[in-house]
Amino acid sequence: MSAIQPPANRLWWKEPIERIEITWVLIAFVWSMVLFFMMPYWHVFGSQNLANEAYKNTPEKFTAKTQEMVDKYKVREETGLNDQKIPVVHPPAGGDVYLIARLWQWWPILELEAGQTYRLHLMSMDWLHGFSLQPENINIEVHPNYEHVLTVQPTKAGTYSIICNEYCGLNHHTMASRLFVTEKK
Amino acid sequence: MAVNRMFRTCPTTGLKFHQPAEALIRWNAVVGVVFLLVGGILALLVTLTRWQAVHLLPPDMFYMVLTGHGLNMLVFWIIFFEIAVLYFAGSTLLGCRLATPKVAWAGFWLMVIGGLMNNYAVFIRGDSSVMFTSYAPMGAHWSFYLGLILFAVGALIACFVFFGTLAVGKAERTYNGSVPLVTFGAVTAAIIAVFTIASGAIILIPTFGWSIGMVPSIDSLMYRQIWWAFGHSSQQINVSAHVAVWYAVAAIVFGAKPMSEKVSRTAFLLYILFITLASAHHLLADPGLTSKWKILNTSYFLYLAVLASMVHGLTVPGSIEVAQRAKGFNRGLFEWLRKAPWGNPAFSGVFISLIGFGFLGGISGVILGTEQLNLIMHNTLYVPGHFHATVVLGTSLAFMAITYFLIPVLFRRELAFPGVAKWQPYVFGLGMAIFSLFMMGAGTLGVPRRHWDVSFSGNPLGFEFPGTAWLMIGLLAIGGLLAIVGGAMYLLVTVYSVFLGKKIETPGFQHVTAKAGMAAPAPAAAPLTGYGSSGHAASASGTFVLAMVFLVSFVLYYFINWKYLSTVWPLR
Ligand code: HEM
Ligand SMILES: [Cu+2]
Ligand SMILES: [Cu+2]
Repeated sequence: MSAIQPPANRLWWKEPIERIEITWVLIAFVWSMVLFFMMPYWHVFGSQNLANEAYKNTPEKFTAKTQEMVDKYKVREETGLNDQKIPVVHPPAGGDVYLIARLWQWWPILELEAGQTYRLHLMSMDWLHGFSLQPENINIEVHPNYEHVLTVQPTKAGTYSIICNEYCGLNHHTMASRLFVTEKK
Repeated sequence: MAVNRMFRTCPTTGLKFHQPAEALIRWNAVVGVVFLLVGGILALLVTLTRWQAVHLLPPDMFYMVLTGHGLNMLVFWIIFFEIAVLYFAGSTLLGCRLATPKVAWAGFWLMVIGGLMNNYAVFIRGDSSVMFTSYAPMGAHWSFYLGLILFAVGALIACFVFFGTLAVGKAERTYNGSVPLVTFGAVTAAIIAVFTIASGAIILIPTFGWSIGMVPSIDSLMYRQIWWAFGHSSQQINVSAHVAVWYAVAAIVFGAKPMSEKVSRTAFLLYILFITLASAHHLLADPGLTSKWKILNTSYFLYLAVLASMVHGLTVPGSIEVAQRAKGFNRGLFEWLRKAPWGNPAFSGVFISLIGFGFLGGISGVILGTEQLNLIMHNTLYVPGHFHATVVLGTSLAFMAITYFLIPVLFRRELAFPGVAKWQPYVFGLGMAIFSLFMMGAGTLGVPRRHWDVSFSGNPLGFEFPGTAWLMIGLLAIGGLLAIVGGAMYLLVTVYSVFLGKKIETPGFQHVTAKAGMAAPAPAAAPLTGYGSSGHAASASGTFVLAMVFLVSFVLYYFINWKYLSTVWPLR
């Protein structure tokens, strides 16, 4: 009987399975296992893995930390939308760097050195935002009240962009900033 | 107990329709199609805005219309139609009366009111442009959440009416042995729906409380985690429902028998067993969750749900091949396929849905759901590219295909504009395939989703996307417009046929009022004669070749993405 009628054979679960069908099930199963094992494999042998490091935090504390970094390491200013001045900071290599996401701005602008490793702290002050580094195309969700710490290593000097790719209200599309990478000093 | 025994037997198919069930199937399908119409108009506006050469709407309108498009399509159109499928697979395929029609109508009206209330919040109040995901702490008006809650309660009622109908069929012995495979698929969908709606309630009710000031705050991570237990599982409802529709159309058009009942049913079972924690693959780029949790849950425990879809992907065309070969289309590997009724939109729609879902939707879904690969795709246009391939090319097109069968059978009308109907699946399918493919392409280049202006005009710190990205945006818009034409063709044919189509009059057609719902008492189990449900062992070789082509594309594309990932900045 067809698929819209009850099975003709009442003991359908006792029927043997056709060769082609069982072969495909086995192939598909093996492939599913490959799909699974690639993830742990990459944790061991790959170098692009998202950090498991995150802390609960408050906007006040995170802002204070960021302000401290800006006060210490500000090198110049850039002009953003509506002639806003945004500080550019060049923190020491290997250290902690902070980036605030808020409606509708990334603050401050970071200047990093190629080949150095940084601990990048990301947090939102209000709603969800999406950290999207272009043209590298690294995309990370930014939450309020969760401080996410990523260990990154810029590979090539140049001017990069950070855009917001999590919808965050009316001016979501204006939320764009820079990230500078200079040669190693 | 007063039992309503109003049945009619369809003169063309021999299916037994219980009148209250028939009315509910009709109304759920019709209301679903109305939401499709609304969502389709919104799709046009969204597409013409994202195509920045046109850039039709201002930003506030764009975000509002995008919110409405997501909700009217993914929630209201799809679920209304699914309820129609449930009642069909329950009452009609089992030839049994629908349990508690009054309660079913209550569910229907709750869904209608919920859908309207939600649209009121989005479009009339205009203060709820929060996207269909409504991520806290961005808040919408309370009527936005309340509308969704009422809708969900209505859908939950429909699921229980469906379960009740199964119990009625069993008790009144309207069928022998096990339920048909298609009904089994519908059961899968309904079981997942119950779990899904429970998750929806857990997250939407507190959020509603928050919107009226009764709950102080909603944690953004907790919200995303539970919301996606609802949002993702509901996609598994769609998959189960459209796979059931695939089997149904194969059976209706070809009289195809499942290659093996056991394999197909086990595959449905895998959907139920292995999706429950699948919210993880929407949270791969989120802080505060461990990699262990992410890997375990994205892989749906060893990807067993992906396995299930790959199995259906073989068994549906395989059963068609077996049926065709039995009819004598036996030459070479593919005569069965070449001689298939390509002019019958029910068949061509299902076949395109199957290929599109597998090649475009399935493969891209696995890429997105891989913990590390997600990093280079998260929230880009790749994501809507993927789900338009699954939920539009897969689910919506399958639903469109079965409508062509239902119009004469259920509405007793001839199909209007048969020429338009014949081409509709091709236009819609081709348009959607182009649309999804170039959305994925643009996403691979980093173009964000839900974004009004990727040119960042006037922004001194804006980013300039490469020319290829702009080319892809143009092409995806053209594909989208073609798909909208295909959608309009569908609406033209169905709406015209249902309301103005030529009535089918069959002499001697009658409503059977007596005990027509009762089958003869079940005979003793049939002896085992011949093996295999279809009884044609090893004759699906053409399908197997197609499946291997699929596998090779899958493997290649999968590893290309790992290669791409390996070139981005080291990160840990
Ligand atoms: C002709 C058909 C369609 C076209 C041209 C179309 C086009 C689009 C476009 C351009 C977007 C915006 C992407 C973005 O900016 O992020 C979108 C989003 C979306 N579409 Fe469609 N669509 C169509 C049909 C459908 C159908 C049938 C469904 C569901 C069954 C659907 C579900 C969605 C959803 C859920 C979103 C995401 C909204 C959001 O990001 O909140 N679409 N669509
Ligand atoms: Cu933002
Ligand atoms: Cu944003």
